[in-house]
Amino acid sequence: MNRKVEKLQDLERIKEKGLKSIYPDKTKIAVGTATCGLASGAGEVLETITREVREKSLPIMVTRSGCLGFCQKEPLVDILRPGWPRITYCQVTPKRAKKVIDQLAQAKLKREWVLAKADEEEFLIEGNVRKYPLNGLPDGINDIPMYRDIPFYKKQMKIAMRNCGFIDPEKIDEYIGRGGYQSLHKVLTQYQPEQVIEEIRKSGLRGRGGGGFLTGRKWYYCRQASGDRKYVICNADEGDPGAYMDRSVLEGDPHSVLEGMIIGAYAIGAHEGYIYVRAEYPLAVKILREVIRQAEEYGFLGSNIFGSSFDFSIQINQGAGAFVCGESTALMASLEGKVGEPRAKHIHTVESGLWEKPTSLNNVETWANVPVIVARGSDWFSRIGTKESKGTKVFSLVGKIENTGLVEVPMGITLREIVFGIGGGIPHGKKFKAVQTGGPSGGCVPEKFIDLPVDFEELTRVGSMMGSGGMIVMDEDTCMVDVAKYFLGFLQDESCGKCTSCREGIKRMLQILTRITQGKGEQADIELLEELSGVVADTSLCALGATAPNPVLTTIRYFRDEYEAHIKDKKCPAKVCKDLITYTIDREKCTGCLVCKKLCPEKAIEGERKEPHLIDQAKCTRCGLCLDSCKFEAVVVT
Amino acid sequence: MDPAIVDEILDRYKKKRSALIGILQDIQAEYNYLPKETLSLVKKRLNIPLINILSVATFYNLFTFKPRGRHLISACMGTACHVRGAAKIVERLESELGIKTGEATEDLKYSLETVYCVGCCSLAPVMRINSDTYGGLRQDKLTRILKKYE
Repeated sequence: MNRKVEKLQDLERIKEKGLKSIYPDKTKIAVGTATCGLASGAGEVLETITREVREKSLPIMVTRSGCLGFCQKEPLVDILRPGWPRITYCQVTPKRAKKVIDQLAQAKLKREWVLAKADEEEFLIEGNVRKYPLNGLPDGINDIPMYRDIPFYKKQMKIAMRNCGFIDPEKIDEYIGRGGYQSLHKVLTQYQPEQVIEEIRKSGLRGRGGGGFLTGRKWYYCRQASGDRKYVICNADEGDPGAYMDRSVLEGDPHSVLEGMIIGAYAIGAHEGYIYVRAEYPLAVKILREVIRQAEEYGFLGSNIFGSSFDFSIQINQGAGAFVCGESTALMASLEGKVGEPRAKHIHTVESGLWEKPTSLNNVETWANVPVIVARGSDWFSRIGTKESKGTKVFSLVGKIENTGLVEVPMGITLREIVFGIGGGIPHGKKFKAVQTGGPSGGCVPEKFIDLPVDFEELTRVGSMMGSGGMIVMDEDTCMVDVAKYFLGFLQDESCGKCTSCREGIKRMLQILTRITQGKGEQADIELLEELSGVVADTSLCALGATAPNPVLTTIRYFRDEYEAHIKDKKCPAKVCKDLITYTIDREKCTGCLVCKKLCPEKAIEGERKEPHLIDQAKCTRCGLCLDSCKFEAVVVT
Repeated sequence: MDPAIVDEILDRYKKKRSALIGILQDIQAEYNYLPKETLSLVKKRLNIPLINILSVATFYNLFTFKPRGRHLISACMGTACHVRGAAKIVERLESELGIKTGEATEDLKYSLETVYCVGCCSLAPVMRINSDTYGGLRQDKLTRILKKYE
């Protein structure tokens, strides 16, 4: 059967179908089954709910959805019952799910484990808000906070993640239901390619993968470049440790990326596209395969898209575990089946990229923004954000923070609003120390910049960078020398080895840092690190080497006292560096329960039942198992 | 090694040299590692020097030339996991299994590897066993999780 969509009416018809699928006229339960959800047990929850509904023959539809961003509270389960607001349950277990369903079957609300409710939903593409019709509200509904009132969501603004958590990612009709593929229809029927580029240029959209290059300008150069064949690439090789927004978009709203790519390809004049996705994201790969098939079936990919003369196809390639392949030229080498080594960019990839053809490579989040800009216009988009950084940015707020998850905020929001407002501050009453942004190329932003407006320029100004949006919060228990050492260890592993300064320089810097953390540092080491940093940064070909010293330089700049404590006093103030700490047992607090003694892998703990234990320092390897297992806080680190 | 399996994989990619990474991935998916004989066959069929295949296979972290255990444990070493104590988790796994990172147990039941970020940072520290992801790890929880994999 030909299911190709050729006219706007066809799209409208599918949209109606999609809306019925998102808002059926019976109760719907949607379980968030992105990777975070599954890691928290969403798979079992979904199974239980499906079984319960089937066994009790309940008139309930059970479905999947992507990630709502509040990963800490996973598994998240949404209930959409006609007449009720949308209700989201959090930290759902199979047992809890059963109880919720039992109540739901009697048109009652299980009040426990509710995260929030929503009485309306924004349709960003169409620029309207859909209010849920309310009637027959259950008892207890009034004390549930609204999404827009809870701190985690209050200041967020969703553009790239507009559909994540609201639709079943593998149902193209639901994507269309929320305005999907309208922008594609618009550009193919109303815009010349140059007009699309002009619109994106005026919007001020910049690359969300790290570089921050103006997307419109990149497309313009690529369109201008001479050549019969051109390519577009979606960079989904999200390598920065601590950043996972691309995974979430691919798992929660993959069609938004496809639509962005098709629009971009039309603007540039490309007929082939590639999605280069990390092999570490198996679920995203699986979902992408399915949605590409759907888009082909509807004729959004293939020949004569929307009945026009434009042809475009997309192929998926999986990475094989090389961080450097996130760099554009290395990624293209990898797509060609070669070793992923970057090359000098005196000829830009927009002129000579993949197979030496003009190529535009953009990141997942960038692509996901494109359909919205086309739909709402560049004026609307450029009103969001700061002077040089327009729109929103998704950050992964992780580390030592109360509310971990993905947050999408307008550019220019302060670090304080993110960390203490949305993030809810530091757990266990600990003191905030720094936020690490920009991945291994970025740096640590200390507390004194907590009121910094977050955008491309400001983060660079304080020695860090936006990068792909990882925000790893560190508290007083995080050792900054150890963090610098961690990143150099990472970069040493991931350096492709092409440039001597990067390959050898990082190795030497890591040796010095290791020495410092072992208490063997010398005063001259700090200056030596700074000097080496200059050489590595100045003489490496690609951004990996050029920015590799950033974690070291920012920690020296802002946390020099910690370096000096390691070097002069042979102390690790955060009590992390193993060679500089000692584990002892507080005789007053120890109850002699034997738990640590039994667990100690080195048999370093002595003592009898009900008598204070003692750690044999000669045997102790400072693994910390006794500290983690002691219920009486009797293990002390000094 | 069954040459038919490798040939089937090569046909899947129409014997294109540019598909080398995908071909190696599929071979590894089949055998759990890259057996030497399969690489010789790829060399012959694609008509490229073995050194080209080896340079690709050694460059990318996911490829291995040693047989892996039935269950692949990937301990995440991403930044969020690091600041939440991933190093301790890896040490505990090493001592629990009696192997070092990058090795397999003698009975080929488990392999232990580290990866930089599985993208589950909010639940740090995290590890993946085969395709299951475990978050919020603590040293004393590991034994119980490992027991699920026979």
